[in-house]
Amino acid sequence: MERLHIKQEINITEALMERINELLSHYPADKKKSALLPVLHDVQDAHDNWLSIELMDKVAEILEIKPIEVYEVVSFYTMFNQRPIGKYMFEFCQTSPCCLSGVENLMDYTCDKLGVKVGEPTADGMFEVRGVECLGACGYAPMMQLGDFFQENLTKEKIDQLIADCRDNKVTLHDK
Amino acid sequence: MSKKILLEKASIPGIKTYEVYRQNGGYASVEKALKTMTPDEVVEEVKTSGLRGRGGAGFPTGMKWSFIDKKSGKPRHLVCNADESEPGTFKDRFLMEYIPHLLIEGMITSSFALEANLSYIYIRGEYMWIYKILERAIKEAYAAGWLGKNILGTGYNLDLYVHCGGGAYICGEETALIESLEGKRGNPRIKPPFPAVSGLWANPTVVNNVESIAAVPWIVNNTGAEYAKIGIGRSTGTKLISASGHIKNPGVYEIELGLSVDEFMNSDEYLGGMIDDRPLKAFVPGGSSVPVLPANLIYKTANGEDRLMSYESLSDGGFATGSMLGSGGFIVYNDTACIVRNTWNFSRFYHHESCGQCSPCREGTGWLEKVLHRIENGHGREEDIDLLWSIQSKIEGNTICPLGDAAAWPVAAAIRHFREEFEYHVRFPEKIKNRDHFVAEPFEKVRHLVAKQTV
Repeated sequence: MERLHIKQEINITEALMERINELLSHYPADKKKSALLPVLHDVQDAHDNWLSIELMDKVAEILEIKPIEVYEVVSFYTMFNQRPIGKYMFEFCQTSPCCLSGVENLMDYTCDKLGVKVGEPTADGMFEVRGVECLGACGYAPMMQLGDFFQENLTKEKIDQLIADCRDNKVTLHDK
Repeated sequence: MSKKILLEKASIPGIKTYEVYRQNGGYASVEKALKTMTPDEVVEEVKTSGLRGRGGAGFPTGMKWSFIDKKSGKPRHLVCNADESEPGTFKDRFLMEYIPHLLIEGMITSSFALEANLSYIYIRGEYMWIYKILERAIKEAYAAGWLGKNILGTGYNLDLYVHCGGGAYICGEETALIESLEGKRGNPRIKPPFPAVSGLWANPTVVNNVESIAAVPWIVNNTGAEYAKIGIGRSTGTKLISASGHIKNPGVYEIELGLSVDEFMNSDEYLGGMIDDRPLKAFVPGGSSVPVLPANLIYKTANGEDRLMSYESLSDGGFATGSMLGSGGFIVYNDTACIVRNTWNFSRFYHHESCGQCSPCREGTGWLEKVLHRIENGHGREEDIDLLWSIQSKIEGNTICPLGDAAAWPVAAAIRHFREEFEYHVRFPEKIKNRDHFVAEPFEKVRHLVAKQTV
């Protein structure tokens, strides 16, 4: 349980608070809890893509709900991370159509190239490889999600290029 | 060329933007409905059209609408299910990405029919860039006066927002989706009450798939009777099919229901036949939940009739020799694919996605995955095949939502049609060590080994 004690700097900027208020305006005034999932996405994006207990508590405070209501949602949905993750998270779809197109071999290739195992960030915190379930891109397999976007019809050469682009800071993660 | 209703305008340059969409006849159904029709008349047109839910269940959309409680006086909601996550399915994404205003137009016209004043599009969190596309398109629609107060001066008010999920297949089940929209875990609700009576925030709610809602503008503009002329029998209209696997041209296609599977599979207008011209082994016509069929039941039904892309023909023969149209997630397998590995893959998916409320699903999907994993990895036992059959039979029908059935059916169908392949895995573990075992040596070449072996 050591990971629970990793310190995270919490910074709800004015711009983030403005976005949260915009999201809250989408629901009736007495249904603030409904905004929880969209708010968590924006808060996580603004905090290195993970949510500490302290940050979840802050979200609970903003939405005027109990902390447990945030914890149970964060632990249920796969897109919320409860520990620091690699800056560039390669989330390979590993469900049937992607498997038919050889995604398992491509994941092995990527892990070897980065010198990591699935689910372990690189020592410099730059990369992480993860296997996820169907992302809805079966016709463009093999593919992965990287931030808000899909990288499709992947090959070893494309993986090489993508890693190089990430290292050169040429890859946009979030559409804001 | 078959009839195009949904994607007719998708290739017009700039159709993503409000201006181009509007110049090409966009939002006409909103004008027609709000200015010349009553809400119930819109419902009647959709009933007449015979449109069936395009998410997978195929329930008549107009009938679903007619169940919404308009008498209690509570606020009503329309929620669009854009939580597309059924393996093999990527059709709604295409519509939303390339012609987002069609969905927004459909949402306005449909919300009017339901007399809803607050509606939502619930999109899966992984489609984040499409969430942004829809957010921007909705802003454009507000700015042009199609959303907000007193639309077109008719007195009708509608607010529409897009809401994103957090990565959970189960939220495609309509009551789980509603829970998620309320900011909770996606646990399906016990029904009744149905959402039409008590849905979002306990208000009467209709949940419809993206493709169903996108068909409404055409129906309103051209009448339900015209729509019902397209297609075949009770499978009216067109359907988006997302095709993947071992075919030459994977992608999203709009077909007129009733097209033959043979033409869809082999004509150059559609899938163009098998990649590398390898033999067809199996297909899953409607997303991972529906039964897989072997080659001899794909182009012809068990009765020897042509198999058609329709609700009725694809399910002809029941589960013994048929499957389902489902979501239109069309996955094709050639002789290099391993049915055991694919079934294990599906079971891992359902195990991962079970919400955990019902023990037959929570525990059963885990056992299916575990037993399939050991068979695929060369540690299977002869009795495991019957064990799998027993587990799946104890899940089906014993859960509060259809995820249990969806997890059970692919396993049952794989054993029903490909039992010999399971036996091969159990009896010849040394031959399946490599994950690509059938790439080097397709099952057809080793099938005789299973037949000779006696236990």
